[in-house]
Amino acid sequence: MVISFASCANVKEYQKSRINDSEMALSNRKVEKNELNFQSYREAASGANAGKTGGGCGCN
Amino acid sequence: MCRLNAYSQAKQDSTVNKSPYIINSTPKQDSTHFNPRKMRLDEINFVTSYYSQNGDHSAVTGGIGTEKVTDIANGLDLNFVWTNHNNNKNTLALGLGFDYHTAASQAYVSKTGASSPSGTRIYPSADWTVENSKTGNTFGVGAYLSNEYNYKSLGADVHYSVKTDNKNGEFSVKLQGYFDNVRLIYPSDLMPATTVITNNYGDHGNDGHRDNFGTSPRKTYNASFAYSQIINSRLQIAFLADVVGQNGLLSLPFHRVYFSNGSDAIEKLPSSRFKLPVGFRANYFLGDNIILRSYYRYYADSWGVRSSTANLEVVYKVSPFFSISPFYRYYTQTAARYFSPYEEASPTQQYFTSNYEYADFHSQFFGVGFRVAPPKGVFGWQGLHELEIRYGHYAQSTDLVSNVISLDLGFK
Repeated sequence: MVISFASCANVKEYQKSRINDSEMALSNRKVEKNELNFQSYREAASGANAGKTGGGCGCN
Repeated sequence: MCRLNAYSQAKQDSTVNKSPYIINSTPKQDSTHFNPRKMRLDEINFVTSYYSQNGDHSAVTGGIGTEKVTDIANGLDLNFVWTNHNNNKNTLALGLGFDYHTAASQAYVSKTGASSPSGTRIYPSADWTVENSKTGNTFGVGAYLSNEYNYKSLGADVHYSVKTDNKNGEFSVKLQGYFDNVRLIYPSDLMPATTVITNNYGDHGNDGHRDNFGTSPRKTYNASFAYSQIINSRLQIAFLADVVGQNGLLSLPFHRVYFSNGSDAIEKLPSSRFKLPVGFRANYFLGDNIILRSYYRYYADSWGVRSSTANLEVVYKVSPFFSISPFYRYYTQTAARYFSPYEEASPTQQYFTSNYEYADFHSQFFGVGFRVAPPKGVFGWQGLHELEIRYGHYAQSTDLVSNVISLDLGFK
């Protein structure tokens, strides 16, 4: 799959004005950090979102 | 300054994709143009949040009782950058977090409700990453510490990413380990006879300074994999997967369970857990002023929990410098096989919990974010390059509800 994507996509640097918009980033927003924390404590599932999968208690 | 220069470059070159809303973008730097440079403070980020929660299924009181929580979380991140003799870019990210919470249920670690209902957490972190100026590949290491009264966590990671030849794809891997210690604080009515009550979690209030609670370890090992790909000039996607193994004390000693025969005990869970979350992100630039940010995750673990999470955020760029972003998240999970509500667990079960984190439920989370990032700085202050405010309302089918409001300030 990785090889397939790598071979078919060829977007030049000058075509990346939209892709490079900071709100297009494939990551969580910094302002979401504490939301992700409380979700990982209130819900059984976590991970696969570049967030934490361990560390910290969230006991309360 | 580099943001403006990069924009100028993009403006000259992108005649086909010209958009009135790209001035606010932060184009990735072309690493081939780095000049050797001494360490400098590149960016400061400060995030603060206020979280308020209410519910009626506290694990401390066996699946009944108040879940009222307030939490003020603050995090400061400093990013230092420099280039070495090979023109490789180095980034040192230092973070410090400080939280203060109140939790009504915490008072009922003591049967009489006399335990302290508040606490603090402090969590410093450090990460060093070096980026190859020619290939864009990165390598880094990180460390993390979290300290609160009843829980200490020490973490470390190593991460590596490699770009495809055309720089439109990137594969990354991160190996993490967390080495935690859980302080063995028991409910006052279920405390082993050998435990001396001497601190503010016990029946005696704040009158002590000596204890023999002891600790128990909890270890987490995590391998994270991600592949991101630019599909075309408007769409990029990412596949994410974690493989997580935990062992040690995975329950909490001050969580009560009330059995169907009227007896009670502290929560008991297996000493190992395997988690497998896989996720997918797709971000699409629609027209000139709308960005669709989507996310889906499927999760399964060895305790029987199966979960799906779907998230959609619509970013509307009112102007090149100001955007409004409503979002909606839906989450659903099945119960862990060890979960039972209040007075429904059988005393013959090997493992049992009444923590509603492991219950069968679904939740919805929605709200809106505002982002301001003018080229001359927020409020005309050049140093403050970004301000973001976000509010969200969360509701579980267990009747737990919460509200969270966060502020992010970015300084350069």
